[in-house]
Amino acid sequence: MSSRDPGQAAALDRRDLAWYVDKLAQILVFIGGISGIILILGIFVFIGSEGLPFIVSKLNIGEFFTSPLWRPTSEANPTYGILALMAGTASVTGLAMVVAVPFSLGAAIYIAEFARGRTREVLKVLVEMLAAIPSVVWGFIGLSIMNPVIIKLFNVPVGLNVLNAGFILGLMAAPIMTTIAEDALKAVPEGYREAAEAMGATRWQVVRNVVLPAAKSGLVAAVLLGVGRGFGETMAVLMASGHSINLPTSPFDSVRALTATIAAELGETAVGSDHYRVLFTLGILLFLVTFVINLTADLVVRGIGKK
Amino acid sequence: MVEPAAEGKPRAKVEVRDLTIRYGAKAALANASFEIRENEIFGIVGPAGSGKTSFLRVLNRMDQFVPEMETEGQVLIDGNDIDRWRNLYALRRRIGVVFPLPVGLPLSVYDNVALSPRLSGVRKKVDLDVIVERCLTRAALWDEVKDRLDSLGSLLSGGQQQRLTIARALSQDPDLLLLDEFSIAVDPVTTMRIEDVLKDLRDEMTIVLVTNLVQQAARLADRTAFFLTGELVEVGETEALFGGKSEDERTRGYLAGRFG
Repeated sequence: MSSRDPGQAAALDRRDLAWYVDKLAQILVFIGGISGIILILGIFVFIGSEGLPFIVSKLNIGEFFTSPLWRPTSEANPTYGILALMAGTASVTGLAMVVAVPFSLGAAIYIAEFARGRTREVLKVLVEMLAAIPSVVWGFIGLSIMNPVIIKLFNVPVGLNVLNAGFILGLMAAPIMTTIAEDALKAVPEGYREAAEAMGATRWQVVRNVVLPAAKSGLVAAVLLGVGRGFGETMAVLMASGHSINLPTSPFDSVRALTATIAAELGETAVGSDHYRVLFTLGILLFLVTFVINLTADLVVRGIGKK
Repeated sequence: MVEPAAEGKPRAKVEVRDLTIRYGAKAALANASFEIRENEIFGIVGPAGSGKTSFLRVLNRMDQFVPEMETEGQVLIDGNDIDRWRNLYALRRRIGVVFPLPVGLPLSVYDNVALSPRLSGVRKKVDLDVIVERCLTRAALWDEVKDRLDSLGSLLSGGQQQRLTIARALSQDPDLLLLDEFSIAVDPVTTMRIEDVLKDLRDEMTIVLVTNLVQQAARLADRTAFFLTGELVEVGETEALFGGKSEDERTRGYLAGRFG
């Protein structure tokens, strides 16, 4: 078919500036999107290639998970047991959650349901600012403030321990958990609150009977993301935990975390050595655990949509 | 103290004296004075933006959800000024509200109806069972949901959800029931069923029916008020008002469908 007006056909075929800008924007956005995926895959391949050969050929898996002896630098008989490191990470993260969950849920409920107007806006900004404090600053607080306080208060020789690191980590994770939990509460339609209040429910009854059940999955996700945060945190834990290998029996024992071990030892190892490779194995383990935690949180959040 | 009703004259349930409702500088209702009598269905008609919903909000003091809303004047329920009730929640528990769009709380059908009794301290399952069945039956919903009391209330159809909210309002055992354009999201058949329910309920409580449907007011209301852009134009017996006996040109025009 031919157009009756050749001029109009040419105009329809001409690529103008907007057309080129659109194409360019599409390409740039595509690169931006795809690079994230490539980076993640790249990291995965890198960690995997450095750690996997060692796991397959040399690592004694049984010893790896069940032995508390982490002696990678022993000349005669190096052992790579991470039980103590896992116990360190788990105990610090566990205590952190004991501190952070009540704090952050309380703060989120206050901000979302009780605070009004200016108070609320100011609090939200402050919480977001807390979340932006660098972890090394938290570690510094643990080292220079919490340490002497714990020594004095509980009359123990060392103040760098599970209690210190757990507390610091809890304070660190709380702002992020608060923000996510508050978002979950805000997502509950205002009509629910209004309907319940019209019935004569008090504010607290509304929160307890209507808002919390409706926001349940979002709140669970907030807690899980907090756990993931605690698990992966390195600097603050390295500084506040005492960094000594121990199976903790009380909150006053010093421990060492998985992440802190990698951070402290990787620079000291010869590239390609067993010690170097076992640290990458720890990296794979951390990667998997955080991945599972984040995935679970994601699935829980999606659970809301299904209802 | 509540004065005993004078012989022959129906007692006032709600007395409104010089009520003005303002949003910022704009008045939603100006200097309205009227009374709502005990055990009547009191219709309020008028085009959108006439202050009908605002008036309902004042009755159970839900003004806190609207930041700019201010009120002047007096509203008395059973002779008591509602602004003087210290326990706001006790006031609201006596007043059932049905909103224009049904709000099935994200709870099971059972829990939706049992919520209010639970909040006021009913704990025993047997007692709750009785209340739930009674309220659902009276809201003409029991037969449709009795086999799925455990499923989410928000999964019911629109018409069912609206009857669920009526059951929920009844579970408060209210002496004043406020309905705000309840039939907006409900099909005509369900609307008629709910209207039948309301006629029966009149014996036990006072009902305030805000509606956009003039004919609905004509069918149900004993007396009707006509609100127009913030002004209370007229209050009167529904039959007189609709019989074309209104003295006000605007009332006659609106009720006849000439505007609004």
